[in-house]
Amino acid sequence: MRLEKCWFCSSTVYPGHGIQFVRNDAKIFRFCRSKCHKNFKMKRNPRKVKWTKAYRRLHGKDMTQDSTFEFERKRNRPERYDRNLAENTLKAIKKIDKVRVDREARHHALRMKGKKAKEQREAAKELEQGIHMVKAPAVLEKEPSLTLPKIKVKVSRPQAEENHPMEE
Amino acid sequence: MVQYNFKKITVVPNGKEFIDIILSRTQRQTPTVVHKGYSISRLRQFYMRKVKYTQQNFHEKLSTIIEEFPRLDDIHPFYGDLLHVLYNKDHYKLALGQINTARNLISKIAKDYVRLLKYGDSLYRCKSLKVAALGRMCTVIKRIAPSLAYLEQIRQHMARLPSIDPNTRTILICGYPNVGKSSFINKITRADVDVQPYAFTTKSLFVGHTDYKYLRYQVIDTPGILDRPFEDRNIIEMCSITALAHLRAAVLFFLDISGSCGYSIAAQAALFHSIKSLFMNKPLIIVCNKTDLQPLEGISEEDAKLVMEMKAEAMKTVIGQGGDPLNDEGVLLTMSTLTEEGVVSVKNAACERLLDQRVELKMKSKKMNDCLNRFHVAVPKPRDQKERPPCIPQAVLEGMAKQQAAEKEKRKLERDLEEENGGAGVYSASLKKHYILKNDDWKEDIMPEILDGHNVYDFIDPDVLQRLEELEQEEGLRAEEEDDDFEMDGKELTLEEQEALAEIRKKKSLLIQQHRIKKSTAESRPTVPRKFDKEKKFTSERMGRQLSALGLDPTLAINRFRSKSRGRKRERSLGRGGNDGDDVMDMDVDQPNKKLRARSRSLSRSRSMSRPPGEVVAGEGFKDSAQKVKALKLAKKSVKKRNKDARRGEADRVIPTLKPKHLFSGKRSIGKTTRR
Repeated sequence: MRLEKCWFCSSTVYPGHGIQFVRNDAKIFRFCRSKCHKNFKMKRNPRKVKWTKAYRRLHGKDMTQDSTFEFERKRNRPERYDRNLAENTLKAIKKIDKVRVDREARHHALRMKGKKAKEQREAAKELEQGIHMVKAPAVLEKEPSLTLPKIKVKVSRPQAEENHPMEE
Repeated sequence: MVQYNFKKITVVPNGKEFIDIILSRTQRQTPTVVHKGYSISRLRQFYMRKVKYTQQNFHEKLSTIIEEFPRLDDIHPFYGDLLHVLYNKDHYKLALGQINTARNLISKIAKDYVRLLKYGDSLYRCKSLKVAALGRMCTVIKRIAPSLAYLEQIRQHMARLPSIDPNTRTILICGYPNVGKSSFINKITRADVDVQPYAFTTKSLFVGHTDYKYLRYQVIDTPGILDRPFEDRNIIEMCSITALAHLRAAVLFFLDISGSCGYSIAAQAALFHSIKSLFMNKPLIIVCNKTDLQPLEGISEEDAKLVMEMKAEAMKTVIGQGGDPLNDEGVLLTMSTLTEEGVVSVKNAACERLLDQRVELKMKSKKMNDCLNRFHVAVPKPRDQKERPPCIPQAVLEGMAKQQAAEKEKRKLERDLEEENGGAGVYSASLKKHYILKNDDWKEDIMPEILDGHNVYDFIDPDVLQRLEELEQEEGLRAEEEDDDFEMDGKELTLEEQEALAEIRKKKSLLIQQHRIKKSTAESRPTVPRKFDKEKKFTSERMGRQLSALGLDPTLAINRFRSKSRGRKRERSLGRGGNDGDDVMDMDVDQPNKKLRARSRSLSRSRSMSRPPGEVVAGEGFKDSAQKVKALKLAKKSVKKRNKDARRGEADRVIPTLKPKHLFSGKRSIGKTTRR
């Protein structure tokens, strides 16, 4: 029993899931779900489909080369069973996973590094440019701070109205 | 092979059937319709065709009969004689001759009548000629009907004759009735001949096949022969005589030692001597059967003498063939078909003798000399007289001995183990029992194949630990370096600024949304005009709200808005009297005239009269009222066409239906629809 990788999105295909397609040239395509299968039938290139691992790796969104990936390699020659080796391997898998996850997080953080500053700059600019939609320029001259006007001005009644009771 | 044709002769039909077949075929295959009014040549042709067609068919069928039946002179003399014995050569030939004459007669009849038909002058005459012709042909056939029946019988019998190849190796079994010939053939071949206690159980020849030294031998079982003069023999005996006479085979003469067949050895010996002329040039073996009842040694003196005489005769044939005269073992043999002792040796002896004879003959023939020159068997010359057997090393011999010993004691099989522990459904064999591991405790270990979404087998590596350590060291190093970086947190927005920003964004998104709605359904949605739309109405309250939302004081603006509108109204109402605006205002304030007041109030509240169309207003840019009127007229003119087309404005280019069905489909009452 083996866990395979989906050809389209590179996620793991567990036993009992997905479809395997064997082409006439004996190349095997495994898909994790019908979404990937249908995309394949539409002849879409996974390198151009945003949500696949292939795209992400190609465009540098995810980590591409790392020593943790070298631990996992398909071995064709079986090793003779050794209990100690098996134990060590199982422990090692966990540690390797942890390391890999940490590294990926670091990669992500590195990628997102300048984002905050950029966002702040953009926000400031937007504020400056669009303040006229919220606060009239006349009011802004009087009160240069970027606070919203809180006053609601009541409209005073017209004179003719007031005179009427007098006249009558 | 000639004999196989006997099975393939076509059926000879009965006389009546024959006529029916031919006539019905004539009726079906020739045209049937003819009228009096046809031209005479056509009529003649019609009937001539019928006559000719019938004659041809008869000719065909009779010819096939004549050709398919074998000519007794052309086939192998064995078959010729056999057929003669069975059916009488003369009768056979006569029957076939009659068929032949019938054929010729029919041809003649047809010829004559066709000649007569050529001069037939009416439908009736032609028709009667045709009837006569056909009738005569049928009479001919009726006359040969008995011959046809006879030939049919012969054909059926011939088909059942055994297929004997006269040229191949054959063994012939002969002797008195009931001596055990059929039992013998049953033993050595797969033939299944009837074996019964009465005489003449076998009434015709039977063939079986047997193998010896990779060659196939025919074994022919004959009906029993009685000792009678030649002329008195019946058909069944004649069959066996024929076989003996014509087939070049090894002859096994069967002798019943015990006498249980009903005939004494003397009688059998007498038979032997009477037909010994038939044994010329054939390897002869005398077989004493039924030794289980009476062994050969136990017979009486006279019988023994008779047997010796027969043996002597048989020896002569041996000498005649150039065999070893001293070897008399292959000449007189004993066996018992019941206990099966000696049966095989008899067969082998017969086959051997026959083979020798045939080889001798072939060697003597001229053809062999050509071949002999080309054969040469090379044999290595022995260096000395020392014997050199195959050499097997001692170890191998011991090993072989040991293996045999080991196999003798029973090994415990897995199957036995299974049965001990509860049988097939209960016990499942441990496949890991014979694993070769460093430590035998690990044999029954179960190793996981999958862990956390990884295949464990992909991670197995003898140096896993070492590499893991390196990896962790790397991680440690990197973690130290990482502490230097931190984010610059400078320009954070204050709370108020954030609120302002949020407001701005909200307003922007609202605008965008509205624009999108407007754009997407621009042409198809019905729009409510502004004055009826509560939210977009141009009212002073709305203006006030909008201004105050921006932080401005809307009072002044609203007052101006209102005053402007009221002022206008006032002017107009009292302007009819042709007075100034100022006066009006003063008058109003000073004169508390009730009527005027009431009027002014009502006027101020209600909608007043609009301006006259041509009146020039200050800010519009017209020279005089004529120009304004002209301008208005032009404006109306330009709008008129569009209004008629139900267009909303200049830019409205909407086509409500691109392909209206009534223009693109349907037939026309007159005219074409090639162009629409």
